[in-house]
Amino acid sequence: MTGMTEVTVNGTPWTGPPGTTLGDLVAEWCASPRGIAVARNGDVVPKSSWDATRIIGGDRIEIVTAAAGG
Amino acid sequence: MAGRSGTVETMDASVPAPPPPSTAADTDLVIAGQVVGSRLILGTGGMTSPQSLRDALIESGAAMATVAMRRVDPTTPHSLVDLLGELRIQVLPNTAGCFTASDAILTAKLAREAFSTDWVKLEVIGDEATLLPDTVELVAAAEELVDDGFVVLPYCGDDPVAARRLEQAGCAAVMPLGSPIGSGLGIRNPHNIALIVEQATVPVVLDAGVGTASDVCVAMELGCDAVLVASAITRAHQPPLMARAMREAVSAGRAARNAGRITRRFHAHASSSFDGMADL
Repeated sequence: MTGMTEVTVNGTPWTGPPGTTLGDLVAEWCASPRGIAVARNGDVVPKSSWDATRIIGGDRIEIVTAAAGG
Repeated sequence: MAGRSGTVETMDASVPAPPPPSTAADTDLVIAGQVVGSRLILGTGGMTSPQSLRDALIESGAAMATVAMRRVDPTTPHSLVDLLGELRIQVLPNTAGCFTASDAILTAKLAREAFSTDWVKLEVIGDEATLLPDTVELVAAAEELVDDGFVVLPYCGDDPVAARRLEQAGCAAVMPLGSPIGSGLGIRNPHNIALIVEQATVPVVLDAGVGTASDVCVAMELGCDAVLVASAITRAHQPPLMARAMREAVSAGRAARNAGRITRRFHAHASSSFDGMADL
């Protein structure tokens, strides 16, 4: 696994090739980017920056969307 | 602030009756300068089937519905936002589940990014058993979000002082609870709700605790500008039918409020004149 990048996505360990971007991650996790938001290490990353933001080993990434709620 | 002094429904018959109501047509609900097309706001949590949710949303006539922010589930299509979009219902993201101001602020920012909306129903919970709001954290979060350009609708206790502090923080409305979330206990302190209505210069949305249509009616009669209902509809045996009932209750309560109720009396007050009584 040398050279692979290990991060946590929604509380689950995830390993991907170096250079993986948040845009790549969203594409893998979500059917559509509509209604999706991403936080990286506790900070919101705007959609416009997803493709330019490469994940770094140890990142804590949260990918969230709307769920039924009061 | 002038508030709405003098127009409040009184609980004490010794207090003068409200002034004569306006005969003009009812006004729109306006929050943060935007007309909200219905005085009934729906919460989407607790529904057992997507079809029931759709039918209930339609029957309610709601123009705005709340959603929570949660991790994506790769096995589930993101249909909720699409459904609300299809029904032309505004998404009102909430910060449900947050116990600190910082968590609520981050959640609000995620929602803004996800749905391109500055509106947020701000919830900061202080107790797991009762889900009552933590007013200290709530005011802190409200101040920061208002500064950041959010339209903040805070879920708060039925505490007139807390409501005033939230209004002073720049919130676009205040959303006092009638009773704990999901309890269905109705409005436990109608006098406090009336006090909040009396002083508020922003819309008052009764949030949490509604059990059935009469609770909604009472909220509107007390002068609330709108009501948010979730569990009472979504967990009813027939959610679409309850949604219709809530819609009609909002309408009836609002009309009764505008019509101006009679003063409560300790003794009877005959509605038939004794003049012209036959000598029987």
